[in-house]
Amino acid sequence: MTLRLVGVGHSHANGTAALADLQLEVGQGERIAVIGPSGAGKTTLLRLLGTALRPQSGSLEILGEAPWAMSARARQRLRARIGLIHQAPPLPARQRVVTAVLAGRLGQWSLPRSLLSLAFPLDATGAEAALARLDLADKLYQRCDQLSGGQLQRVGIARVLYQRPALILADEPVSAMDPVLAGHTLGVLTREAQTQGATLLASLHAVELALAHFPRIIGIRAGRILFDRPAEAVTPAELAALYANDQLEEPSVRIAPLSQPLAVPRC
Amino acid sequence: MLIATPAPRDPAALPRLVLTAVVILLLWPGLQLSELDLGVLFDEDNARTMGGFVADFWPPAHDTDFLALLARATLETLAIATAGLALALVVALPAALLASRALSLSAISRNGHPAWWAQALRWPVRGLLIVLRSVPEIVWALLFVRAVGLGPTAGVLAIAITYAGMLGKVYAEIFESVDPLPTRALLGAGSGRLAAFAYAMLPQATGEMLSYTVYRWECGIRASVVMGFVGAGGLGQQMDLSMRMFAGGEVASMLLTFLALVLLADLISRLLRWRLA
Amino acid sequence: MSRLPGYLIALAVLLATVGAFAFLQLEAGALVSREALAGMLDYARGFLDPDFSAAHLRAVAWAALETLAMSGIGTLLAALLGLLLALPAAGRFGRLARAFSRLVLNALRAVPELVWAALMVLAAGLGPNAGTLALALHTAGVLGRLFGEALENAPTQPTEALRLAGSGRVTAFVYGTLPGLWPQLVAYTLYRWENNIRMASILGFVGAGGLGQMLYMSLSLFQEAQAATVILAMLAMVLAVDAASGWARQRWVRG
Repeated sequence: MTLRLVGVGHSHANGTAALADLQLEVGQGERIAVIGPSGAGKTTLLRLLGTALRPQSGSLEILGEAPWAMSARARQRLRARIGLIHQAPPLPARQRVVTAVLAGRLGQWSLPRSLLSLAFPLDATGAEAALARLDLADKLYQRCDQLSGGQLQRVGIARVLYQRPALILADEPVSAMDPVLAGHTLGVLTREAQTQGATLLASLHAVELALAHFPRIIGIRAGRILFDRPAEAVTPAELAALYANDQLEEPSVRIAPLSQPLAVPRC
Repeated sequence: MLIATPAPRDPAALPRLVLTAVVILLLWPGLQLSELDLGVLFDEDNARTMGGFVADFWPPAHDTDFLALLARATLETLAIATAGLALALVVALPAALLASRALSLSAISRNGHPAWWAQALRWPVRGLLIVLRSVPEIVWALLFVRAVGLGPTAGVLAIAITYAGMLGKVYAEIFESVDPLPTRALLGAGSGRLAAFAYAMLPQATGEMLSYTVYRWECGIRASVVMGFVGAGGLGQQMDLSMRMFAGGEVASMLLTFLALVLLADLISRLLRWRLA
Repeated sequence: MSRLPGYLIALAVLLATVGAFAFLQLEAGALVSREALAGMLDYARGFLDPDFSAAHLRAVAWAALETLAMSGIGTLLAALLGLLLALPAAGRFGRLARAFSRLVLNALRAVPELVWAALMVLAAGLGPNAGTLALALHTAGVLGRLFGEALENAPTQPTEALRLAGSGRVTAFVYGTLPGLWPQLVAYTLYRWENNIRMASILGFVGAGGLGQMLYMSLSLFQEAQAATVILAMLAMVLAVDAASGWARQRWVRG
């Protein structure tokens, strides 16, 4: 069993419940899409599974281990086996794509190796292979601030593919791409997850993409699971109930590398 | 799974390798020449000498006579910075006008580019400004101490000279960065250069000039303390004397005063510039 | 304060200036009087004929190299120490460490280079080592504060993402924060280097080696010709370092 959630709940800092009494079991190698209106709790669920948040109630088991019952060191080892794909990949503007992708394996590399690789990329071949799967091999030595939002999202995916985690969590991984490219990229992601034997859980706001690429669909609304069934069994009525009184549009997130303004010293 | 082809060569690898090599090659003679030895800081004998001196820091000296001396020295430091800056302004303004090509008459008919001979005439002034500001103020102070004797006069002259160089350069740059059209219109209409400067350029440049001048004043206070160490008066000279006498308490009081002075200057400078902004 | 009219500020500035001249008992007349000017000119004439003999040039070149090494190594040490102190000062290791490291940084910065040099000469003896240490200590305070401010403004998401992917603290910092921070660190360090080359050439006044020591001795022995050569060397070095630093800034900081 890759994931087991029993009665998991979590509230935002302002007291509103983001998730309540969640029951979920995910087997190894499953590919799941999480859909639902904005504010339903999809991102919170992914952050809980990625051990970025600690659940306030219930029990959580990831890759057969309870992350919040172990030492910080052991938790870091567990995290090295979880790959997170962010909607806005947090990449430093001046970092080169090759370094950004190689950073996926920092959890597995020794400190000296990591430091040397910062100046002289040690596994450019591996990074290029990961990028090639997303048709970005020619961007290997470019800087992140030279890429578009969609390209940055693909670099984020390449980083996780290079990491080769046992569990891939993707938060709106293709939101900045046009529909054709989004479909193609999701196809690559699910196929790679399958060949690597990794479990994949992705939140998506495009329902058609979710139904087309993922065998299992979970619908979340107001912090609760509304339905959880195979893609072909999801009915239009259920989808209508999921998005009732909600617009499909996600609030747009600015996808750009993170840069810092330069200050001029004085005296 | 794709078959891994060897990645293209990293275009940054060679420059980075060369840079690493150069740094290592420079570091070795650098360490030799600077005779760097961190061990002295932890040597027992040295630590005791230093420790004894630093132990005297508490309590800072605060008897009435000393405080009167301290107040006088502090005022002297402030006065050196202010007077030095005032003299620097007297030199810097005309020099900036001469060095800047913003008031060029030959440029009006040449689309903003002055004639070569006019440009050549500006270079001596610019060269002079470079020399004035490139020799550190404390070297000027040392030279003036020999020429006019110990005391604040040397400090004032040193600040005047160095800051004339800095202000002159920055003013000239400011003049060249403001909108040139009003000035050119006046010059083209036959007004004199000074009139054109006063009516068209100065109104645009004043804010930035004042802001930089205030900031220089703040730097001047630090500089005047440091210059005291070569005998140019003010707080620095007293600090030097106290250090020679190993009077830790006095040094501590003066360092605290220096700190307060720098903070105060920073505050005033920020207030003034905020007011001017 | 905001309602304070401009002419009052102008009046205050004018009064302060007049007050400064009065306090120092400086009289423009005395400064430009015939005897004073004649004395100055006489003194200045000594500098117009710099000593370019081979032996002196060699000594000056050596001292210049020493000065360059002092400024370079001092700035480098300061950058390392400054970064080490900036991490706790930016609040990365809790409140107590933050307060303490800020105190250390302020103390290092508050003491001017020349005072540090005098103290180091006391502790480490005469020579460039004292100068290097003095520069390193003062500059560490300055750079530590600047680095700390830059660190506080640095976005934290890249580092957090790497931590969530299982990387260690050091590697996450180096891969996540440093790439964005790096240009700022380089800019500050270069700017301090430009400043330190000027400081390094004068720390010798208190016995800390380099060109300053030579200049001080020449002037003490009234050898104006030799002193003039040293000043020319200083000028050349300052201009060279400004140019080198400007080039490095273009290369690594912009764009």
